[in-house]
Amino acid sequence: MSAEFVNVEVNGVAVKAPKGEMIIRVTDANGAYIPRFCYHDKLPIAANCRMCLVEVEKAPKPLPACATPVAEGMKIYTRSPKAIAAQKATMEFLLINHPLDCPICDQGGECELQDLAVGFGRDISRYNERKRVVKDLSLGPLVSTDMTRCIHCTRCVRFGQEIAGIQELGTTGRGENMQIGTFIEHSVDHELSGNIIDLCPVGALNSKPFRFHARAWEMTQHPLVSPHDGFGSRLYGHVLRGKLMRVVPQPCEEINETWITDRDRFGYEGLASAERLTAPRIRASNGQWQDTDWDTAFNVMVSALRAASTSADTAGLGLLAHPSGTLEELYLLARVAQGLGSANIDHRLRQRDFRDQGADAGAPGLGLSIAEVETLDGLFIIGSNLRAELPMLAHRVRKAARRGAVVSLLNPQRFEYLFPTATTLVATPAQMLGELAAVLRAALDAAGATAPAALAARLAAAQVGESHRAIAASLGQGKRAIWLGALSLRHSSYAELRALARELARVTGGTLGELLEGANGAGAYLAGCVPHRAHAGTVRPSYGRNARQMLEEPLAGYLLLGAEPWADGVQPNALGTLQRARFVGAITAYVSPAMLQVAHVLLPAAAFAETSGSYVNLEGRWQSFTGAARPPGGARPAWKILRVLGNLLDLPGFDYQSSEMVRDELRAAVAAAPRLGYDSSFVPGAAGVVENLRDVPMYQVDPILRRAPSLQQTRTGQAPAAEYRS
Amino acid sequence: MSAADANGTSSGQQAGLSAHTRAEIDHWVARFPPGRQRSAVIAALRAAQEQNQGYLTAPLMDAVAAYLQLPPIQVYEVASFYSMFETHPCGRHHVSVCTNISCMLRGAEDLLAHVERRLGIKVGESTADGRIFLKQEEECLAACTGAPMMMVDHIYHENLTAEKVDRVLDELK
Repeated sequence: MSAEFVNVEVNGVAVKAPKGEMIIRVTDANGAYIPRFCYHDKLPIAANCRMCLVEVEKAPKPLPACATPVAEGMKIYTRSPKAIAAQKATMEFLLINHPLDCPICDQGGECELQDLAVGFGRDISRYNERKRVVKDLSLGPLVSTDMTRCIHCTRCVRFGQEIAGIQELGTTGRGENMQIGTFIEHSVDHELSGNIIDLCPVGALNSKPFRFHARAWEMTQHPLVSPHDGFGSRLYGHVLRGKLMRVVPQPCEEINETWITDRDRFGYEGLASAERLTAPRIRASNGQWQDTDWDTAFNVMVSALRAASTSADTAGLGLLAHPSGTLEELYLLARVAQGLGSANIDHRLRQRDFRDQGADAGAPGLGLSIAEVETLDGLFIIGSNLRAELPMLAHRVRKAARRGAVVSLLNPQRFEYLFPTATTLVATPAQMLGELAAVLRAALDAAGATAPAALAARLAAAQVGESHRAIAASLGQGKRAIWLGALSLRHSSYAELRALARELARVTGGTLGELLEGANGAGAYLAGCVPHRAHAGTVRPSYGRNARQMLEEPLAGYLLLGAEPWADGVQPNALGTLQRARFVGAITAYVSPAMLQVAHVLLPAAAFAETSGSYVNLEGRWQSFTGAARPPGGARPAWKILRVLGNLLDLPGFDYQSSEMVRDELRAAVAAAPRLGYDSSFVPGAAGVVENLRDVPMYQVDPILRRAPSLQQTRTGQAPAAEYRS
Repeated sequence: MSAADANGTSSGQQAGLSAHTRAEIDHWVARFPPGRQRSAVIAALRAAQEQNQGYLTAPLMDAVAAYLQLPPIQVYEVASFYSMFETHPCGRHHVSVCTNISCMLRGAEDLLAHVERRLGIKVGESTADGRIFLKQEEECLAACTGAPMMMVDHIYHENLTAEKVDRVLDELK
């Protein structure tokens, strides 16, 4: 794009600015601050707060900087007497009806109105009449409202239109009776709606769970990474006296822009759950649980792990980790497994079909960067309720779709996506295979290519229709991608689905992406937390048992790391299987009745924000963070627990001083290892009986979210899990 | 799940728009470029209000939103903004007596008091039989040359006297 520039003057300094750019962007870029309420970089321009009025030479009246494009020779004065007078007058109008209840307002101290009132407000109000009062709304359990404080900037309204894709809030009434609201009272249910809390420049919309808990200036801010999905949104944790009080977004243009999902924002409530484990516990011989010291608990754990790994009668020791464990934890767990001679290690708690795992890429994921998603021209999503699985990725897809990308879907149900979609194929789990084969067949026909022998029978049976041809055509040009979502990953014929998708990607030249579950699904592969690959993606000589096998047939002993397989997995009898094992040890942040039923030793681990560590997101980006909050009671970071466990098991090379040392060791190994691509030599067999497909609701995916009360109270949190009949 | 579900669109569809209302909406939608059906909200609400004998209900507004494929809140915004739409139950004939300066100087206030006495209601109320709604307020309707004036269902009546007002009101069914 050829950038055309115009010459303008900002406060007497000559600058060049792109033609058509709004004044406020030019002044921002040149360090001349203009006060504003309604303007926001990511939202459409409204120009209704009038706070950004500036003087422009030859213009008869002050002009709104957010809605006035620059023109050649324009002379802009942001601090001239005329501009200041206009800004002060606007501030006086805004404060006419504002309650000025800052001492009891949660926004106090981080309030744009408060800040600007210091700079532009009068010290004494000339207004003696009664102020208006607006009735509060109930927007659900996440967002608190004090609508009397609203200054009608409409950022929240525009957020709904522009970012969420569904307008839930609007401006009703007019003049003095104008209000922001839903008109008919109902909750705001969009999975990104918590962002209106940050957008609101005053205290009208605030965080309900955080309400009245702390003042902005009392807390310290710590950078964190989202522990709930593989998008890797950057967060700030606000900590007071060692306790994580709230979570807000950390702006990062390449990943989450300025937004975060509601589960990133409100999931922290789960850290304060009454189910937190605060001291090591062992089950005595009489079956009673008792708190104990670390030494005793470690001794029981070490001897039980040794016994299980050398047990001759059963298949030895199994290790199950939650895919939201940090890279360091998962790597050390894999090293402990290796030291004990077990390859029975897995994090894929919801996967059902592992037949083609040997063909896994060394570092699976999206195959493209998150920012690139916006530039896609064609996208085919197979088996994904994207807004529930990866809400921020759905936002990027929405941007691509609005730009003109052709998005097609193959799903067991028609989901509400809130972005324009081209073709949607709805099929039962069993029919999904045939539908995908038909799309592949259409693509092969279009390309004049022949079907690979392995897929020939399946392709011959495919019924190609108009919609399949349309999808194939949408993948015919430009930048294109094919994604396998969580519903595909949990499909009982995932191997066939992936073989077909893989071939479709090869024929069309698209990028195949897998939307792995958990915050560190991609990292778990690199850490060697899978039965078929050691760390850094190197192939194991012989494969261990996968998560499904481990949860179907009991092993001698288990070590659980942050996982609650009966709730995290989709294996129906997981609890019963674990109960039949001789020993179950858990490194866990939570203790639940189910955990007490199956386990013998519990070691209290630090949870999100309480431990240092790293996550690898779906684009393959390594992001490290330090511990921000204090773990409760005697809980310790899991990587330290595993390090001590390694020492007590007399395993060599467990002398890590910091989590960074663990990470750097793995990083060096990954850098040195050859990069495995997908091995297409896998030949899918005949698909067996296709099982029903179980969905996992978005606020049930990890132990923290399951214990976050406010999220559980939302309509989404209350909705039952869907099950798709095969 | 969409906001439409949250607002009970299903009941909106039950409330339903009559064939005549839908035809009226179609007529207005056709006047705007494709995809700009939001521009037809005012006309659509007018038709819906007429169908419901003088006021809009939430299910009716939801039905308009569904028909125009808009989020319901965008319809509520318009309905609550314009004084020609009533979102609470009221009488089927809307009577507004202008009391702005020209009419006031020509005796509008006495005239309004007369109307209130005769109908037995205050401004902003409806008669018990649901026949007449004395609208909350109407500022200058730009008919000062014929002051005092009142508007009945969007028809102007000028140079009013008490007898003339009585005659107009009596004719309302």
